[in-house]
Order: sequence, then C-alpha cells, then structure tokens
Amino acid sequence: MFDLTGKRALITGASGGIGAEVARALRAQGATVGLSGTREDPLKALAGELGERAHVLPCNLSDADAVNALPKQAAEAMGGVDILVNNAGITRDNLFMRMSEDEWASVIEVNLTAAFRLSKGVLRGMMKARWGRIVNVSSIVGATGNGGQGNYAASKAGLIGMAKSLAYEVASRNITVNSVAPGFIATAMTDKLDDDQKSKIDAQIPAGRMGRADEIAAAVVYLASEEAAYVTGATLHVNGGMAML
Amino acid sequence: MSDNIEDRVRKKVVEHLGVEEEKVTENASFIDDLGADSLDTVELVMAFEEEFGIEIPDDAAESIQTFGDAVSFIKANS
Repeated sequence: MFDLTGKRALITGASGGIGAEVARALRAQGATVGLSGTREDPLKALAGELGERAHVLPCNLSDADAVNALPKQAAEAMGGVDILVNNAGITRDNLFMRMSEDEWASVIEVNLTAAFRLSKGVLRGMMKARWGRIVNVSSIVGATGNGGQGNYAASKAGLIGMAKSLAYEVASRNITVNSVAPGFIATAMTDKLDDDQKSKIDAQIPAGRMGRADEIAAAVVYLASEEAAYVTGATLHVNGGMAML
Repeated sequence: MSDNIEDRVRKKVVEHLGVEEEKVTENASFIDDLGADSLDTVELVMAFEEEFGIEIPDDAAESIQTFGDAVSFIKANS
C-alpha cells in the first residue's frame, strides 16, 4: 500500500517541521523529493540526511518570478513532477483592526498565491502524464477561524476553495487535488510553551495531546498515493478531534 | 510547406479528440463541432506548442476556437 516508487514530489516549506516530515514520509514510500524552502541550509541538511532521491530547490515564495520558475527547475532536477505539496506558510498575526495591508498581502502571497502559481506550473506535465496529485496543507484555522489570524485563516480557507475548484477541472485526467488541515501540531514553536500553556491547549483537544508532524505527513502520503485515486476535492482534518468537520 | 502545417495540426486534433479526419475542416469548432470540452482545448494548445516549438500565450490560446484559427496562428508565429 501507498507505494510511491518512481513518483517525483515537490514539497514547499520543506525546511519547516511539517514540510521536512512530509518529505521524509514521501521518500520513505519510494518517491524522489524536491525540497523547496527559503532557507537553503536546513534544506541541505535534510537532503544530506535523506541521501539519494533528494534535491534541494531553494525558492523565495514571495518572489513571483522565482515561484513561476520553480516547477521547471523541479522537473529538470527530477525528470518531472507527479506530486506537488503546497505546504509552505507564514504567519503575520495581528488584530484585524490593526492589520496592515502589508501583513495581509504578504500572507496571502506566500500561503495562497504561490500555491496557485505552482499548481498551474505543474499541471501541464500532469495533464500529459494523465496522473497527478496536488496536496495543499491548509489548517484547522481555515475552517474555524482564529482571533488575530484573519490573514492566515483567509489564506488557509482559500487553499481549500482553490483545491476544490481545480479538482473539478482536472478530475477527468486522473489528477486529484486535496487538502490536509492540521490542528495543533508540536513543532519547534510549541516546544517553547511552558507546561501550563501546553496543558491548556491539550485540554481543548479530545485526543488530549498535540499532533505530531509525522501524523500530518501520513495524511499527505495517503492523498498522494494511487490508493486515494477516487478522493478529490476533499479536506482531511488531522486534529485529534479538536474540530470534527 | 503550408499544407504540411495543416496536416500536422489536423493530425494533432485527430489524435487528441479522437475524431474522423474529414470532420476537421477549416471552420470546424473544437468545442461545438468536434466534441472538445474546455480542458481539451487547453491540451490541444499544449500539443500545438510542442509540435511546432512555439509558445502560445493564454490570450491568444483563447482566440483559437477552430481548426482554421489554429492553422493561421501557427503559420503567423512559427
């Protein structure tokens, strides 16, 4: 099950906790992975850890020209792109009434518009191959909203709407487009919380704990697999029951 | 040479849309006459780009509705 031998996956935000785990998991299933991110050092470190079948493809997702060039670079490095994981995301939190145009625009640009550009860029090859998988990493916040995250929530809800619309258009070509919506995931950022803060968060989660990056990666592996061929336009919520949608 | 372009375009249309060669006439509309859906027309344009080594921008692609449109665009741009 979930054999990805011969598939080539481009993962954005691969320098982050979830992205790196997605790359590890896809590669463990046999895929060749293209690791994209802004910071080159962690990408190189990850590629070094993975060894063969890992390519470093640095890209600044707020640079439109760089984003539009990425699918081609990935195809040149790997011979094609069969799986795209739009995982990269940034936050610029602020109260809505204080949110600047720049805070709004920069989050939409990186989280949503880059995913649009990359999806468009990889589709040509997928259409020709009559096979493709696009997985957008959204967020529980895209479905529930969150105070202080109007920009982030809009971008994450936008990914879901975009995935569904694109799913309609390309389903007949064996290309599926789905979203994974993580809840609270333990990362370097949440490690900094004290025990009291952590237990308050855990109390809101029926599972009683934060999720792990590999639990998100497992959902991505499923949606990228042949076995999920009939799943498209779906949003897989991975949140320990925090929001049952 | 011009006949050659028409033949090559017709071959691509037949290949992609699975229609009879005779139906691919000058004024045949890909969507109305040849049974293409909008995504098929996108794929056809991709096929033309590869066959002739040209780039067809999105706005030009939208104006290519018939076999004749495709042939004249390619003649003018290749």
